[in-house]
Amino acid sequence: MRASWAVIRTIAKRELAAYFESPVAYVFLVIFLLLSGFFTFTFGGFFERGEASLAAFFNWLPWLFLFLVPAAGMRLWSEERRLGTIELLLTMPVAAWQAIVGKFLASWLFLVVALALSFPIVATANWLGDPDNGVIASGYVGAALLAGAYLAISCLTSALTRNQVIAFILAVVLCLALILVGFSPLTDLLARWASPWLVEAVSKFSVLTHYDGFQKGVLDSRDLLYFLSVMAYALFATGVVIRNHRTG
Amino acid sequence: MIKVENLSKSFGSKRAVDGVSFEVGKGEVLGFLGPNGAGKSTTMRMITGFVPPSAGSVSVCGLDVQENPIEVKRRIGYLPEAAPSYTEMSVLSFLKFAAEMRGLRGEGRRSAIRRVVELCHLENVLGQAIDTLSKGFRHRTCLAQALIHDPEVLILDEPTDGLDPNQKHEVRTLIREMGENKAIIFSTHILEEVEAACTRAIIIDRGRIVANGTPQELKARAATGKLEDFFRSITRSDTVAEAA
Repeated sequence: MRASWAVIRTIAKRELAAYFESPVAYVFLVIFLLLSGFFTFTFGGFFERGEASLAAFFNWLPWLFLFLVPAAGMRLWSEERRLGTIELLLTMPVAAWQAIVGKFLASWLFLVVALALSFPIVATANWLGDPDNGVIASGYVGAALLAGAYLAISCLTSALTRNQVIAFILAVVLCLALILVGFSPLTDLLARWASPWLVEAVSKFSVLTHYDGFQKGVLDSRDLLYFLSVMAYALFATGVVIRNHRTG
Repeated sequence: MIKVENLSKSFGSKRAVDGVSFEVGKGEVLGFLGPNGAGKSTTMRMITGFVPPSAGSVSVCGLDVQENPIEVKRRIGYLPEAAPSYTEMSVLSFLKFAAEMRGLRGEGRRSAIRRVVELCHLENVLGQAIDTLSKGFRHRTCLAQALIHDPEVLILDEPTDGLDPNQKHEVRTLIREMGENKAIIFSTHILEEVEAACTRAIIIDRGRIVANGTPQELKARAATGKLEDFFRSITRSDTVAEAA
C-alpha cells in the first residue's frame, strides 16, 4: 500500500512540475484570475447585488471552467502518446490505475491552487461587508469538485487521442452536455412538453444541479456522491481506453 | 532468465508475431535481427508487458509477465524504439524521476544516477532540458533510464539508432560488458553489431524466427561466409516466394 502510494506521488510530482516547467501553468493562472475577476465584477454584478457574498464569482465558474479545465487536462495522456513516453511510463513498475490517479491528482491540485488564488475576492467581500464565510467555504468545495469532474472527463478524452486539440474539443462538448441537461433555459423548454418528473430526472444528471447545493451552503452527501462518481467513472473509463490502446 | 514460448500477436487480421519461442540466459546477449515490420518491436513490447500477447507466454526470472506484471517490470530495464523521454525535463530531473519510480531514494538514488551518468557520458548535459539535446544525447539519456536500477534483464530496441560511429562503438562495448552478468536482448538493423556484441542472434521475418544461432554459425550458413549475405538470402527468399 505504501509503495503504491509512493509511485502515485512520484508520478504526480513529475506531472505538477511539468505544468510549471512550461509556460502552461502561468498562462493558465493569469487567464483564470483575469477572467474570473472580470466576470465577477462586471457581468456578475459583485457590487450591484447589495449583498456580501461570492455568488457573482461562483455563478460564472461552471462556464469558465468549461474551457479552462479541458485546457489544463488535454495534455495529460495525449502528450504521453504523442511523445511515446507512455511506453516508458507503463513499462516501469507501475499499474495503469496508479499512473491515471497520479496524473489526475496532480492536475486537480493545480486547479485547486488556481481556485485558492482567487482569495482577493473573498477578502474584498469581507472588507466591504459581513459575508457568511461558511457558505463561501462550501462554495469553494463545490467549485473544487466541479473542477475535478471536468478534469476526469478531460483525462478520458485525452487518453482517446494523441491530438490535444481533439482531446480539448471532446472534453468541452462532454462537459457542456453535463451543464446543459440542468441549464434552466433548456429545462424550461423541455418542461413545455415533457412531464415534470422527466425534467427533474434529466436535470439530476447535470453538474449545475449538484453544484448549486454547495453554493447555497448546503453540503449534501448526494451532491458529493454525484461528483465523486463522475470522477470515478471517467477515470475508470480512462483505464479501459489505455488498456485497449495497448491491446491494439 | 527470459523464456518466450509460442508468442503470437495479431493486430486485426494482421499477424505481427507468429509463434515465436526462444530463451535467453544470464551472460547472454541476444541480437534480434530482421527487416522493418518483421515483429521485433512487438515481441519486445510483449516481453516488457507493454503489449499483452494474443497467445503464448513470456516469463522473466521465472515470473509470468501476465500474472506478475509489476514484479517482472522491476527486473527489466527497457529502452523503447526511438528512445522517448519527457522532453521538457532536464536530464537530471528525468533520471531522478526514473530512479524514484524504481523505488530508489536518498543515497541509493544519488549513487544510481552517478553510475548511469558515468556509463552513458551525460556529465556535461545534466542541467539541460532534453529537447535542447542532440539525438545522441537523447538516446543515451533514455538508455541511462533503462540502466538506473541495474536490472538483471535488459531489453533494448535499436539502442544504436541515430548515433554516430563513435557513439555506436561505445554503446556496443557497453552492451558486451554488461552482457557478462545480465540477460540482454537488443534489436538492430546493423549486421556488424551482431558480430561485435552478441553471443547469439535470431533473425525474424514476418513474425517468425527464420534463423537462430551464434554469429559464427549463421555466417557459416552463407555461401560467401558473410552474415549480410545470409540475412539477405533468408529474408529475401520469402518476398520472392510471395511474389511468385
